[in-house]
Amino acid sequence: MNAPLGYLGDQPSQRLIPAEPIVRLEKISKTFPGRDGQPVTALREIDLAVPQGSILGVIGRSGAGKSTLIRLVNGLEKPSSGKVIVDGANIAALPESELRHARRSIGMIFQHFNLLSSRTAAENIALPLEVAGYDKAEIKARVEELLALVGLSDKRNRYPSELSGGQKQRVGIARALATKPKVLLSDEATSALDPETTRSILDLLARINAELGLTILLITHEMAVIRNIAREVAVIEGGRIVEQGDVFEVFTRPKHEVTRSFLGDEAGRVLPPYVQNRLQKEATPDSQTVIRIGFRGPHATDPVLARLAREEGIEANILSGAVDEIAGRPFGTLVVSVPAAASLKTLDFLKKHGLDTEVLGHVA
Amino acid sequence: MSPEMIRLIASSTGETLYMVGVSALIATLFGLPLGVYLATSGKGELFAAPWVNRILGVIVNATRSTPFIILVVAIIPFTRLIAGTSIGTNAAIVPLTIAATPFIARLIEGAIREVDQGLVEAARAFGATPLQIVLKVLIPEALPGIVLGLTLAIVSLLGFSAMVGAVGGGGLGDLGIRYGYQRFMPEMMLAVVVVLIVLVQAVQSIGDRLARRLNKRIRHG
Repeated sequence: MNAPLGYLGDQPSQRLIPAEPIVRLEKISKTFPGRDGQPVTALREIDLAVPQGSILGVIGRSGAGKSTLIRLVNGLEKPSSGKVIVDGANIAALPESELRHARRSIGMIFQHFNLLSSRTAAENIALPLEVAGYDKAEIKARVEELLALVGLSDKRNRYPSELSGGQKQRVGIARALATKPKVLLSDEATSALDPETTRSILDLLARINAELGLTILLITHEMAVIRNIAREVAVIEGGRIVEQGDVFEVFTRPKHEVTRSFLGDEAGRVLPPYVQNRLQKEATPDSQTVIRIGFRGPHATDPVLARLAREEGIEANILSGAVDEIAGRPFGTLVVSVPAAASLKTLDFLKKHGLDTEVLGHVA
Repeated sequence: MSPEMIRLIASSTGETLYMVGVSALIATLFGLPLGVYLATSGKGELFAAPWVNRILGVIVNATRSTPFIILVVAIIPFTRLIAGTSIGTNAAIVPLTIAATPFIARLIEGAIREVDQGLVEAARAFGATPLQIVLKVLIPEALPGIVLGLTLAIVSLLGFSAMVGAVGGGGLGDLGIRYGYQRFMPEMMLAVVVVLIVLVQAVQSIGDRLARRLNKRIRHG
């Protein structure tokens, strides 16, 4: 192994089709033998492409199949059918020895860090390099480089038990990057961390993605992770991908119930209890119609309610609202109520102005 | 206590240390790989071979459930084949080793199984071979447990070694039986017991201290 050290030395390989995604799952299904002899299906007919240099997040509840999905990419699990193409090679069909070699270009980080307690930070980072047969001098230089990259140069001789959760994950990231992978797999890497530490780890991953051009595939059950760093998202439920695309598109116009449920705890999606409790399905003569308005991108800051009053003479009550950011773009949610008689006119007006609307119900 | 007695105790202690030391060493040599293999050859594990695993398990259990004194007698022909004689300290090493090997293997299997499977997964994920996983992950991570297991095994061997006195194996046990019991010398019996207690204490505290030093999971002040 005399691979040059440092990312700058690595030139992207020449390809006939430059747009070829670095990771591509084709019609992947996975069944496990169940306890009572009935096979359990973890994944059904999954198609997923991770473009080179992107950050793709797979979000799903526990048991949705996301852990199995990410383990297919580095061959820790084999699919029952379908292909797993990583950097041009079908991981699912590689013999063990070639698979081990291929894994050096696929780094992985874990929820519980999985660091050796018997090795210091520096020794943990060195392990993949020792395994790959680098010589001592190369390992030493590379480890220093990686410690600096993750900001832990002063902790090189500390054992994992002497490090905080965030520092352990930084060591995990440095270890995953040691053999200069093209893809980084993140298996719930921030789920064991507090929000502030989560933020700093996500910032580090985003920086690595930007500076090193490393493709990141992450799985999570936390909306905050997707919102903060992913550019593309796939929503997985019951072993199927139910929705997939640009993060902003998917989360500002959620089509599937599961996608909505992940937005549920986000700001502006929860109705105040006094409205929620009185909400009914049918309109009555005196009732008010409760409408959720979604503002996306350029419209997010328009004074649309003022214009609704001025131009249409309809006065809306604001029940709740928030302006937030998804994938770096502004996104607002406003829940208003208008008299039932004016509801159709209101909906027309809002649609005309390019806003997303959803009638949540009626309150008397 | 006469100088003669002290001389006897010293030479018997030497014999005991020799028997226990050599048999512990050989038993570890066989027991370590056997224990690692038992811990890694189950269904779905690194060296998955469930049938071999099961058969080895049965053999290990059978050896361990045979009372030591019966084992000593039962394998006399084998002992004679290996040591050239069935009497004496060198001959005693054979049954001691055979009794200790499966014991050590089980202790090491236990220590290896204590290692977080997440570490094995991480090592597989960065391309380690099964052998590299054993040498660079499982054994180093299990080392404190292995040391404690070996300590326990040596303490047990000290006890077993007292029994081989019955077949002329020499050592402290032999001394205690022949002088203390058969010649009605209670002070000799007491001296033997005291020396054994001191030996066990010494082995245990050295083992504990070493294991604690190797264990990096706990913060040291």
